[in-house]
Amino acid sequence: MLVIKDLHAKIDDKEILRGINLEIKPGEVHAIMGPNGSGKSTLSSVLAGNEKFEVCEGSVSFQGKDLLDLSPEDRAREGLFLSFQYPVEIPGVSMVNFMRTAVNEHRKYREEDSYSASEFLKLMREKKKLVEIDSNLTNRSVNEGFSGGEKKKNEIFQMAMLEPKLAILDETDSGLDIDALRIVANGVNKLKTPENSTIVITHYQRLLDYIVPDYVHVLYKGRIVKSAGKELAHELEEKGYDWIKKEFED
Amino acid sequence: MNKTCRIVNLQEEYSQLFQESLAHLEDGAPSKMNALRTKAFEVFNEKGIPSNKVEAYKYTNLQPYFKGTLDIALTNEAAFNDTVTQFNCDVPELDTHNVFLVNGWYSHQNDVSGLPKGVIVGSLRDMAAQHPDIFDKYYGETAPADEDPMAAMNTAFAQGGAFVYIPKGVVVDKPIQLVNIMNGDSDRLVFQRNLVVVEENAQVKMMMCDHTISPQKFVINNLTEVFANENSVFDVYNVQNQHNLTTQVSGIYVHQKKHSNILTNNLTLHSGITRNNVAVTMDDEQCESHVYGLYLSDKNQHVDNFTFIDHAKPHCQSFELFKGVLDDSASGAFTGKVLVQPDAQQTNAYQSNNNLLLTENAKINSKPQLEIYADDVKCSHGATVGQLDDEAMFYLRARGINEDEGRILLMFAFAYEVIEKIRVEPLKENIRQLVEKRFRGEFDKCDSCVVCGQQGTSVSCL
Repeated sequence: MLVIKDLHAKIDDKEILRGINLEIKPGEVHAIMGPNGSGKSTLSSVLAGNEKFEVCEGSVSFQGKDLLDLSPEDRAREGLFLSFQYPVEIPGVSMVNFMRTAVNEHRKYREEDSYSASEFLKLMREKKKLVEIDSNLTNRSVNEGFSGGEKKKNEIFQMAMLEPKLAILDETDSGLDIDALRIVANGVNKLKTPENSTIVITHYQRLLDYIVPDYVHVLYKGRIVKSAGKELAHELEEKGYDWIKKEFED
Repeated sequence: MNKTCRIVNLQEEYSQLFQESLAHLEDGAPSKMNALRTKAFEVFNEKGIPSNKVEAYKYTNLQPYFKGTLDIALTNEAAFNDTVTQFNCDVPELDTHNVFLVNGWYSHQNDVSGLPKGVIVGSLRDMAAQHPDIFDKYYGETAPADEDPMAAMNTAFAQGGAFVYIPKGVVVDKPIQLVNIMNGDSDRLVFQRNLVVVEENAQVKMMMCDHTISPQKFVINNLTEVFANENSVFDVYNVQNQHNLTTQVSGIYVHQKKHSNILTNNLTLHSGITRNNVAVTMDDEQCESHVYGLYLSDKNQHVDNFTFIDHAKPHCQSFELFKGVLDDSASGAFTGKVLVQPDAQQTNAYQSNNNLLLTENAKINSKPQLEIYADDVKCSHGATVGQLDDEAMFYLRARGINEDEGRILLMFAFAYEVIEKIRVEPLKENIRQLVEKRFRGEFDKCDSCVVCGQQGTSVSCL
């Protein structure tokens, strides 16, 4: 599904990613952990196509296509979804309008007919129920005045609407209380199929109790320095990152 | 009767035009209108068409636009021609009392029989004759014909327009819509003068929609005086939607009495050169005023909103919001003058002007101008100039929305705050759709009346 080879990326001449290698197969859940500033969010931004970052080396193929060659919108239409760490507030753009535009752009890309208003509203109702999002939220402007938890739930709702093949959850657990965390994780799990894959970026192991990863990778100074099964997350929770840093420096 | 004048040196020819036409201007006009004429002309003649050397017109040099070979209608033939019957209003959901004006003249084909009892809507000159007490009490009382050269010019040349009177305690259910049609086969100079009186405890909402249905150049100087008496509620939505060869100086002068609540909203969706003068005098305690505007400009269009809120008495509130989106080489200006007089304690005055510049060539001059002479007041102002938010754009693109569509969504998001202020629901919806169309570039610049969606000729789609 996704093959990252020797990916280097920089912002303002500062190299953040310094040779990432990662392969994700359909149906797999990968967790990427690591201390602050290790490049986790940069990786997700680069994959989603944020032009603030410049890719200086390496390649990324997504379902056989050169991902780096695609515009952000085409990446999304190809099935890549980024759940933002900080979802942007867009006053004046209603959730309904935003989602209808997005869903229909996806459909157009796949050469399918646009949804009619009633079809679309029906779809929205179903997905809202699925991810347990308060129906009032979708009557408001995109993320405007949403609490931290509401914003994250809204990201998962959008994911449900767009049905991506690969979802990248960037710190989706940050700032969530335990109930919100459970709802968000449940949403992700309900959307899981044997074909689609997930990258969970997180600081903490707690989210991984709900979204159980097949692999855990530790990112440090722009490289993946350790990969293992889900037990690695527990080990990190107990011992912190120092031993990995030490191992890496040695 | 049409008079053609070739304006090269401005005052020279305007002076000649006034002298030669005075008899026609006065013929059939109300006596108070004529009484103010000569004095107003003197002021206009002394000050002239303002250039950018005049402080209040610093960002809009009107002089070049008031030159050329222009026709002026000195008699009201236009009021009887069939322009209005050719004109279909086919948007049923907007239920309004429609009143048409052709080249500034009140059309005699208007049917205003459905209005509530006691409400008077009609031709300014006719109604002045029928109701001299009302006319004489209010006409010319709030327009600054002694200071502003364009108000003086209008007062000197005015012959007709609309007269709207809402008697004490009457609430007009449906909005009254003044549809201003510009039409003709030669370039034209048009003066229009409206008088609106909302009596004690009465309420009315008005719309003014400006059309151009022929491709000629139009130079328009229109002026509306509004008197909002005690406890009255008055709204006016001025939808400006004209082709690029139009120059419009539009003045709205509102005078408020105790507990009155007024709203003006200038929605400049398409026009050539637009100068809006909005002045509100809060001449009594506990007045509330809302002064809003939205301007969407592209190509070489220019929009200048000049506002003046006069807090003359204590315990009044004013809310001012103007937003603009400027594309291509469009330019704009905003001046927000707020005067809090020494007496006007406990004043609340808020002002905000936000602009979105889409290109490097687009330009805006924003000038808050607060003069505060009372010490117990709350006044705030803010002006911003910015570009589209990159982060929001990336967020939209990351959901599969392309850049063009994203731009439209974000521009619309920017403009919506002013649209939200519209207190007439169906109009709000109409404007919302039109603004979106305008951003999409689907806007038929000829369907000048946003409300009617009237088709124009393709030549006028400039």
